[in-house]
Amino acid sequence: MTSRLRRQFLGIAVAMGIGCGLGPLAALPASAATELTMYYPIAVGGPLTKVIDGLVADFQKEHPDIKVKAVYAGNYNDARIKALAAHKAGQPAQLSVLFSIDIYELIEQDLIYAFDDIVSTAEEKAWLKAFYPALMENGTYKGKVYGIPFQRSTIVMYYNKDAFKEAGLDPNHPPATWQEMVDMGRKLVKKDASGNISRWGVMIPSTGYPYWMFGALTMQNGQVLMNPDGNVTHFGDPAVVGALEYWVDLSKKHKVMPEGTVEWGTLRQNFLEGKTAMMWHSTGNLTAVKNNAKFDFGVAMLPASKRRGTPTGGGNFYIFKKSTPEERKAALTFIKWMTDPERTAKWSIATGYIGTRPDAYKTKLLSDYVVKFPPAAVARDQLEFATAELSTYQTGRVRKLLDDAIQAALTGGKTPKEALGSAQAQAERLLKPYR
Amino acid sequence: MHERRLAHVYGWLLLLPAAVLLVAFTHYPTVATLYDSLFSTATRLRPSTFVGLDNYRALGADPVFWQVVQNNFWFAVGTVPASIALAIAMALWVNGRLPGRALVRMAYFTPTVLPMIAVANIWLFFYTPEIGLLDKLVAAFGGSSHNWLGDPSTVLTCIIAMTIWKEAGFFMIFYLAALQSISPELREAATVEGASRWYYFRRILFPLLMPTTLFVLINALINAFKLVDHLFILTKGGPDNASNLLLYYIYEAAFSFFDTAYAATLTAVLLGFLAVMAVSQFFLFDRRIHYR
Repeated sequence: MTSRLRRQFLGIAVAMGIGCGLGPLAALPASAATELTMYYPIAVGGPLTKVIDGLVADFQKEHPDIKVKAVYAGNYNDARIKALAAHKAGQPAQLSVLFSIDIYELIEQDLIYAFDDIVSTAEEKAWLKAFYPALMENGTYKGKVYGIPFQRSTIVMYYNKDAFKEAGLDPNHPPATWQEMVDMGRKLVKKDASGNISRWGVMIPSTGYPYWMFGALTMQNGQVLMNPDGNVTHFGDPAVVGALEYWVDLSKKHKVMPEGTVEWGTLRQNFLEGKTAMMWHSTGNLTAVKNNAKFDFGVAMLPASKRRGTPTGGGNFYIFKKSTPEERKAALTFIKWMTDPERTAKWSIATGYIGTRPDAYKTKLLSDYVVKFPPAAVARDQLEFATAELSTYQTGRVRKLLDDAIQAALTGGKTPKEALGSAQAQAERLLKPYR
Repeated sequence: MHERRLAHVYGWLLLLPAAVLLVAFTHYPTVATLYDSLFSTATRLRPSTFVGLDNYRALGADPVFWQVVQNNFWFAVGTVPASIALAIAMALWVNGRLPGRALVRMAYFTPTVLPMIAVANIWLFFYTPEIGLLDKLVAAFGGSSHNWLGDPSTVLTCIIAMTIWKEAGFFMIFYLAALQSISPELREAATVEGASRWYYFRRILFPLLMPTTLFVLINALINAFKLVDHLFILTKGGPDNASNLLLYYIYEAAFSFFDTAYAATLTAVLLGFLAVMAVSQFFLFDRRIHYR
């Protein structure tokens, strides 16, 4: 209310200023009033809201003419719902960090601007090309950039070096292939006196974001899950079925992973308490694991079947259409500031998320950090093998089809082939109208 | 004549505030939902069109919908009688004379005070395999670890158990209030006549509690369809929809799939269920209940 009053007052002041021929004087307060609202999600543990608030406060100091209201909005799903609800209610955010895979939904609803249509100077155009190409895949549609990578991750393998030593394995040689992961996993399984398993070989989470973990397995097996236009899925492909069979076999056949689904939310705790020797998880957990692990741990790229592979994940900056040109300019200034090499380095160290651009790793801050703590570089090095995260039209439905199929296979309700075959048939029906 | 009309206006004015709230937040949304369920979901590319009963036909052909209905049925069967029975037992227990009665009452009531989301976060760690409380208990008795929430055959039971724990204390309060209003003379008379405690409960206490039971039953049944907060934390309806409930599925359709028409259709079905239940309860049970 006060801000609205102030804006009205400024408006009157501007009008009077122009009326009195005091143009130059009036120009000052007009540019001082740009207010931006931004929603952002957090999907991993840790006090990340504080980091964001700190960054925003730093930005205000350098840019007193732009006021940014950063609103923490829960996980990715919640953030999208809140941003869209605010939009419908007529109080839209001008920019937001939302799930990178929300892009088709946002485009279909005609809500977001392509950054190509907002940037003007040569420097700004160059900025669009400053990021790792793998991170741009989920943010690019028909050759235009709609999402700027911010809190981006890949999946990496965390492993317990003490457990490796205990099992007689080389702690500096994490498994590099699927076969090795099974063999080492078998040695890492520990049973207590009564034959109960007190430590598992490996855990891959299958609640929360099963399709994401699965995207890694399928790419390693030589097949991506969808086409770049987001209107064809490849769930029934033999390589995809093979990937799910491997996942199921880890528990059913090789007994290195517990049966049933593995909970995303409690997996980190399982790893920290030594209940599993290896876990696949987001790089966004790196700093939390580093701060809480009471044992020596390592971080490795995911193992390969036919090749290495991981999907990227996480959130991008979007600029919404319901905004004035000044607001869009201010939003662009803010996003550019947040993603510049120095800030990217700081953000990456605070969270474990990937530094989104090569030159961030050339800053003193991050290059020193990587030398001191080599695991921080694993996600970056793995980007070379990364692909886009599952994202299609009707993405919520398609994603659920795949999630259900994965869980049905893991819990033994259906064979991988049946489960994926029926998911593919239903996805076909959903996506046909978009071709 | 003039006076009567004035009284009329006066009556309507008294009704107005409540009526406005009801119409705005209950009746209008209900009608709007039914109306929306006859149209397709609008996107920028394809505006909404009238599709008649197509959404209902899609619903009938949706295997997830039928599974969700089935889950909800078992969820209701699992939670409603058990939490009512437990509530009566607890109320009888804390109604008697026992040392530290206030403390026990408070202990029974505590789960009700906690927010569902907080409860779910606690229970998530109870159920976690290997490191969870439940698994540690089982291990102490020599059993092996079980993936409680990751196994489709146990997940719904786990959720039912948690819901009973959460709800029983709330219903206990109603029973406790009812028990306190029952005259102790009845008990004395029964004892003089030589009735056993069980006979006294079955033939005197329980019938006198029937009005409370009806009230609690309606609430428990509504809750069986209404309570889904814990699913967000515990299972997200998984694995493979094994713990998905109707209201959570509506949420998914509306906010994860952005299919508002389908969500409206599901809501219409849920409303239908609830209406049938409420009406049948009042008409079937009401006649058999003895009000003092």
